[in-house]
Amino acid sequence: MSTTALESSTTFSGRVRVRFARSESARGLTLLSPTLLVILMALMVPLIILLTLSFWKQEYVNIIRTFSLDNYFAFFQKKIYYLILYRSIKISALVTLVTVLLAYPLAYFIAFHIQRNKIIWIILVTIPFWTSYLLRVFSWKVILGYNGVINSGLISLGIITEPLEFLLYNPNSVVITLAHAWAAVAILPIYVSLEKIDRSLIEASRDLGENAVMTFFRVTLPLSLPGVIAASLLVFIPTVGDYVTPALVGGTRGLMIGNIIQSMFGKALNWPMGAALSIISMLTVTAVVCVFLGCMQLIRKRVR
Amino acid sequence: MSSRVHGAGKWLVLYAVIYLTFLYLPVAVLPIFSFNDSQYVAFPLKGFTLKWYEELVDNYSLFNALWNSFRVGIVVAVLSTILGTFAAKAVTRYRIKGRGPLIGAIMVPLVIPEIILGIALLMTLSLGGIGLSLYSVGLGHMLLCVPFSMLVLISRMEGFDKSMEEAAQDLGENAWGTFWRVTFPIIFPGIVASLLLTFTISFDEFVLAFFLAGTDSTLPLYIWSSLRFPDKLPGVLSLGAIIIVVSTFIILLAELVRRSGVQLAQTGTKSDVKYDYFAK
Repeated sequence: MSTTALESSTTFSGRVRVRFARSESARGLTLLSPTLLVILMALMVPLIILLTLSFWKQEYVNIIRTFSLDNYFAFFQKKIYYLILYRSIKISALVTLVTVLLAYPLAYFIAFHIQRNKIIWIILVTIPFWTSYLLRVFSWKVILGYNGVINSGLISLGIITEPLEFLLYNPNSVVITLAHAWAAVAILPIYVSLEKIDRSLIEASRDLGENAVMTFFRVTLPLSLPGVIAASLLVFIPTVGDYVTPALVGGTRGLMIGNIIQSMFGKALNWPMGAALSIISMLTVTAVVCVFLGCMQLIRKRVR
Repeated sequence: MSSRVHGAGKWLVLYAVIYLTFLYLPVAVLPIFSFNDSQYVAFPLKGFTLKWYEELVDNYSLFNALWNSFRVGIVVAVLSTILGTFAAKAVTRYRIKGRGPLIGAIMVPLVIPEIILGIALLMTLSLGGIGLSLYSVGLGHMLLCVPFSMLVLISRMEGFDKSMEEAAQDLGENAWGTFWRVTFPIIFPGIVASLLLTFTISFDEFVLAFFLAGTDSTLPLYIWSSLRFPDKLPGVLSLGAIIIVVSTFIILLAELVRRSGVQLAQTGTKSDVKYDYFAK
């Protein structure tokens, strides 16, 4: 392929430029095609099958392959499904808010207050995430539990006499655990966007008489919004479907939609219902993300 | 850190210390229990012991799971890095129509909850009559790893001068020779980073493996089962402690490799150093 392009470019240089541009795109696509093909085969085909299955029906151990909307009706008829989906969205939104709020000052600290060896700080932040995800979540169970670190610590200090029971098995423990588990995912994009900010813009704002706080809200924060948005999406979308954390530290009041979907493939044995719940969750998440991005767009316009 | 740490800076240092404590607390707690002379992972601590580490050596099913995770991780890391390199070269070196949407299509797996990827693949394989095994786990992991590999390598390829590749081609190298003798050495640190990152993702991935492993076991699946049977747990904790130590060591090693890459890229403007490097 490259030899033909080379030959023609030496003979008729004028006309060839057009052809070369066309063949450049084609050559790029050829190079991209193996990757694209693998992703499309392993992603698009399963998603289409997921959608198809959501319109089928489970009867005992058999799956009836005729089109019906029964699974979708079941979602709206059984209160438990949409209540748990609503709770999952709420928990994930809270997790996202907490994670990003906690991560921002640290990212800011590394970007603006560390002069040398920033990479050491980045490594320091990422090392905890090289431990098994399951063990980290389990560790929070040990920390927050009845005989856990916090309770034992407080009792030995004489602050409380009976272990606190509100620490574990509720939505709060899910939020704490997830805010820890996804911390690095939030810190890195915020750090990158802060690092990219042209320092002279901040100096200009200070020279023109804004104080440090106003400079932060009118210059630094708006310019770092892309990082904040990326961090929010990278935390929010996966946590909605998480089922490990709710299963380990959530108790019954902390159950999320992932646990329900998973049960459809285990005890409940209803694959089509599980497929329908997945499709509904994905659509809901997409809708929430669109609303979020819309709001962010409005904020950015107002700042300008 | 700097000589002029004033008001806000001091509070930020304090905040950073508290935040790092929050990050490291769960990681520090587990190794403590791996030395605790009790089956139950709860306070108060009973006494110091090394027996969980000694028992680790004879634990066949754990080693089997560990070995499976290694094999899947290495195959997934190599294949996704190859695909990631192709894709990154394609989007950084050629003007492709519809570049944005095409990159977006490869990134889609990152914005779908893993449980949905897992069940969608499970349904597809079972409808297609394909049995579950470590291969299906590997396929699932590729979906997560290829986008990461591509991201790492795109940033590496955007960072170096395209004219070096053009020079090699002008001097008569074909596309393959240019890649092996110019591009590959320059992006080598990116390739190492991609291999490490994708291996780690695969090695630690639980949700996809849970749906796709069938009767085979991987390390996260073994850990998951041991969380419900307390007698297996201290052994897992001691393994966890070993993994923390080993992976910290690997990260530091990778950082050293990366640094040597950065130095070469910085000094690479001097032509003699550059040719010295290529000669190796």
